[in-house]
Amino acid sequence: MRNKGVNYAKYGYIFSIPFVLTFLIFSLYPTIFTAVIGFTDLRGMGRTEFNFLKQPFDNFVLILNNPTFRKSLGTTAIIWLMNFIPQILLSLLLTAWFTTRRFKIRGQGAFKVLLYMPNIITAATIAILFNSLFGYPKGPVNDLFMRFGWLDAPANFHMQKWTARGVVAFIQFWMWYGNSMIVLIAGVLGIDPTLFEVAEIDGATSTQIFFKITLPRLKTILLYVLITSMIGGLQMFDIPRLFLWGGPDSATLTASLFIYNQAFSGSYLYNRAAAASMIMFLIIVVLSAALFHLMRDKDEAKFRKAERLRIRNAKKQGELV
Amino acid sequence: MKSLKASTNITKTIIYVVCIFLAILSVFPFLVMFINATRSTFQIQQDSVSLLPSKYLASNWAVFKGKSFNPVVGFVNSMLSSGGATLCAVYFSSLTAYALVAYSWKLRQPFFTFILAVLMIPAQVTGIGFYQFMYRIGWTNSLLPLIFPAIASPSMVFFMRQYLMATLSLDIVNSARIDGAGEFYTFNRIILPIMKPAMATQAIFTFVFSWNSLFIPLILLTNSKKYTMPIMVSLLRGDIYKTEYGAVYLGLSLTVLPLFVIYFLLSKYIIAGVALGALKE
Repeated sequence: MRNKGVNYAKYGYIFSIPFVLTFLIFSLYPTIFTAVIGFTDLRGMGRTEFNFLKQPFDNFVLILNNPTFRKSLGTTAIIWLMNFIPQILLSLLLTAWFTTRRFKIRGQGAFKVLLYMPNIITAATIAILFNSLFGYPKGPVNDLFMRFGWLDAPANFHMQKWTARGVVAFIQFWMWYGNSMIVLIAGVLGIDPTLFEVAEIDGATSTQIFFKITLPRLKTILLYVLITSMIGGLQMFDIPRLFLWGGPDSATLTASLFIYNQAFSGSYLYNRAAAASMIMFLIIVVLSAALFHLMRDKDEAKFRKAERLRIRNAKKQGELV
Repeated sequence: MKSLKASTNITKTIIYVVCIFLAILSVFPFLVMFINATRSTFQIQQDSVSLLPSKYLASNWAVFKGKSFNPVVGFVNSMLSSGGATLCAVYFSSLTAYALVAYSWKLRQPFFTFILAVLMIPAQVTGIGFYQFMYRIGWTNSLLPLIFPAIASPSMVFFMRQYLMATLSLDIVNSARIDGAGEFYTFNRIILPIMKPAMATQAIFTFVFSWNSLFIPLILLTNSKKYTMPIMVSLLRGDIYKTEYGAVYLGLSLTVLPLFVIYFLLSKYIIAGVALGALKE
């Protein structure tokens, strides 16, 4: 009835053209091109012509057998875990504290603003700032630790493998726990408040309420935080690169940093870097598929609900007429 | 009942102590940075943590003269590329979202599913192909490849669609049609103003994300006149600044300052945006 004479559907296509064209040119084409390069001999500065390899999977085999690449995947996983486990525990704890009505914490707004703040600061800047803070023999951390008597002599943190990993993980943790906390608090605020009221009347303690009511209902949001953090963590680049260039002794060399080094720091092995990228790409696709299911279900449910509401309203209107 | 109240008070005290500690942890590194930016290398070597600013700001600034780290160039380039990317992303994401909400076309649902599917595809793992592509068309050392790809921002389309679904009533569109307005005019003059709140939130995030990004600019830009702020910052890790502690802290401070201004002016919207982004309401 709306489309009397004029076909508006075509505008749906017209208005989507810029998005689709840009996506095809700047997203899809580079993705396919990266995959193609993975099967070629493209290497060397400024080279653009390439031949396909006789053994098409040579680069992939080489990369998968490369001990540095394997180690870099392990390093990425270790640093991500060292950041994520404390991050999710602390943000859950803060969420519980901020949303328990018995506590009525004041200044929540200010706390949220301050705890979230590191997240918007340039990661490159933060990496170099922490490099300076952990300076040797003089640096703020060394000075403070000596002042508190935790150290007798200045420590060369940059040469200690696990300290370096710990600092990179700490920076990630410090930049992201505020974000996770805000997301989780939003999740709790979305839970039907009558559930909490009923539990309180029944005499449940706040610990019981948190574990039996809040946590099960946060499942989807927790999964969302987990998967987005994994996808981000896999691509960890700025901080390990600028904190210690992946050192000491490749202790903070993540997979992204490995790929960058293959292609852009002197060796110009574009084909190997592309093969390694594709391996990471596949891992990310699997993770994204999980996220896709998570969000699609929710959306569909909402859509169905809206549809039902529309039908009900239509019926009501029909009755009135 | 009394003991419950007492234990609540103890817990509350612990909560405040922990939260204040975490707040200090957020601020302290930046405080050290800003204060050391005003101190001389000698003072920093004597004692690297001080709560009192000194008077060497100008001499620290003078260190940058004639060296590769040029905060003004970095600032201008970052402003141009982030500003351009934000405008592209906000305008075209709104347009695409409008196409998804206001019109019923055959491929609408498949297109939306497609947008959901590519939501998380990161630019970084396809960087090799992107670099080779840009190299071939001569777009390395240009800010354009940092701007135009933002026209296709799947996550923003998703967000804008959810917003439009909740706020747009098609009656407005229909009455505009009756008044003889063209579809494009309707979008620009009637729909965009409705979307302002959502656009503002998304603009902040796109701008900050683009301002902070390092990987793609780093592989594309080799001419120091085109460096964006994060690449400029990475120069401070170079050997020429190894003994210029004060200057390094000043350089870092200069890159943080614009973000601090944005953040403390808009923190209310940013925090609300983070909460909203996760719920995808």
